[in-house]
Amino acid sequence: MTNAQVAPQRLNGVNVDALLGARKALESAPQAAEFVWKATSEWKGGVHTGTKIDKFFGLGADQERSQSFNLDTDHPQVFAAPDAAPTPVEMVLAGLAGCLTAGIASVAENRGIKLRSVRATLEGEMNLYGILGIDSDVRNGFRAVRVKYDIDADADADDVAALVAQSQKRSAVFDIITNPTNVFVTVE
Amino acid sequence: MRKTTTIIIGAGSAGLAMSRHLTARSVEHLLLERGEVGNSWRTERWDSLRLLTPNWQSRLPGFAYSGPDPDGFRTMPETITFLNDYASSFSAPVRAGVEVACLTQDGEDYRIATNRGEWCSRSVVIATGACNIASVPASASTLSEDIEQVTSLTYRNPDQLRPGGVLIVGASATGVQLAQEIQASGRPVTLAVGEHIRAVRTYRGRDIKWWMDRLGLLDIGLDDVDDLGRVRNLPSMQLIGTPSRASIDLNSLQDMGVRIVGRLGGIEGAQAQFSGALANICRMADLKLNRLLSGIDDWILRMGLENSLPTAEWPTPTRIPQTPDLMLDLRKAGINTVIWATGYRPDYSWLRIPVLDHKGRLRHNGGVVDAPGLYVLGLPFLRRRKSTLIDGVGDDARDLAAHLHTYLNQVSRVA
Repeated sequence: MTNAQVAPQRLNGVNVDALLGARKALESAPQAAEFVWKATSEWKGGVHTGTKIDKFFGLGADQERSQSFNLDTDHPQVFAAPDAAPTPVEMVLAGLAGCLTAGIASVAENRGIKLRSVRATLEGEMNLYGILGIDSDVRNGFRAVRVKYDIDADADADDVAALVAQSQKRSAVFDIITNPTNVFVTVE
Repeated sequence: MRKTTTIIIGAGSAGLAMSRHLTARSVEHLLLERGEVGNSWRTERWDSLRLLTPNWQSRLPGFAYSGPDPDGFRTMPETITFLNDYASSFSAPVRAGVEVACLTQDGEDYRIATNRGEWCSRSVVIATGACNIASVPASASTLSEDIEQVTSLTYRNPDQLRPGGVLIVGASATGVQLAQEIQASGRPVTLAVGEHIRAVRTYRGRDIKWWMDRLGLLDIGLDDVDDLGRVRNLPSMQLIGTPSRASIDLNSLQDMGVRIVGRLGGIEGAQAQFSGALANICRMADLKLNRLLSGIDDWILRMGLENSLPTAEWPTPTRIPQTPDLMLDLRKAGINTVIWATGYRPDYSWLRIPVLDHKGRLRHNGGVVDAPGLYVLGLPFLRRRKSTLIDGVGDDARDLAAHLHTYLNQVSRVA
């Protein structure tokens, strides 16, 4: 997936040529497109957990990251916790912001649109009656997620809206949140 | 065994257009038709359906509409009459009631086994269309048995449905038309909406199909698109052909009381789950429609016609419910019927030649199938955007008839 050639001038710093090249290569090598994303976690006491991310499987082989990433999750003081790190649900918002914004930059690069700033404000609405078990009719997760983008770009409003729409269409995290996924949790 | 040079399987608009071109080239051929001319239009469409293209837009090789209502939309009986008239206009050699059971290769020849005996030919044109089988998602097999399932191929009219609510899955041309007539019959409709192409029937005084024709959008060819897989899988435009020339879209349906929800995620028993991406799906469709209409406006400006046409009436953005339903208990919601309007696929079960890819699609290059002397017509974007239109298949037939004729000359020279 690397591009050894001299990088052409890029508007937003996204190597779309490499991405398009990878797409073409993967079309004729379906097995290489099978990825497994991985994380390992360890309880740190209380409601604090550390998650380590340092490898994944893809392109037919185990892949090492250039460094080991550590993401901690904890809960705020109103939950009687020390607030040592963001809550897991906030990490979901971070994942959505990261995925959609990466998509916007990539689509803009591909469409020749220069971005000057891309800011998002995310809100996940939740009724605690769900996770506290007060009302079984209230779900645990978000009732709704709202993302507001503020984008400064060399394009008209419809073209900017189209970037954001296309980014959602191709977003993994958007799909994970909006569509059901089978989840299998086991104990060894 | 009977012999001929070319066998065309299917006597719809595609098969007849090819027959017309082969006739002009004096290539001996036969059309094998399982029913009668235009069989799918006779037996596999709902009662109220009219074509989505205006009457004038049915220019077939050597034939066109000449009646009093060029801007009207044909009913099914009128469509069948039109195709019959076309077949008669050049005495198309149709063998009706001949159902192909099996197509095999035999050296350089093809063998076609049918319910009326066997044929042998040098070349074969598959003109059986793209809509033989209703594509139904896996959820059909996990849906509770007390809820009736109907597909867009078996649906005829609302009277065939039980009273009560109806879930229609799919909001392209078929889904929205069925939603409108079933809601109007007093059965409350819930419409599951995935990616769709919004349209308007008329814009600035002309039919949308007239504009698309005029702007050359329907002539876009294989070399003009960067992602052929994408354009071959595009859903149909949300359109309906009615004498009133009304548009149909998610707004007009919601005005009638239709409830819209996201793409169907799955059904277990009577529990249905829908995607939460409805807002984006609708926004994308609005933006795409705006782009189409802006293109028309640009063309009007370039041609200097700004003052001679009615002013633009921009469609209002698609309204979506404040909180679209994500889960629905079909029984509790009073839904007794699910209609799958989830598209169609061709039936190649009779094709015993290894020319299908891993997804069961024909391997072909612009209709030239991956077996010498074998051709296909009438598939989405076969050679052009208009390939599946009655008005568009003629150009494909012309190109492929030329290819086929050259092939026949080559094999006869070698022989």
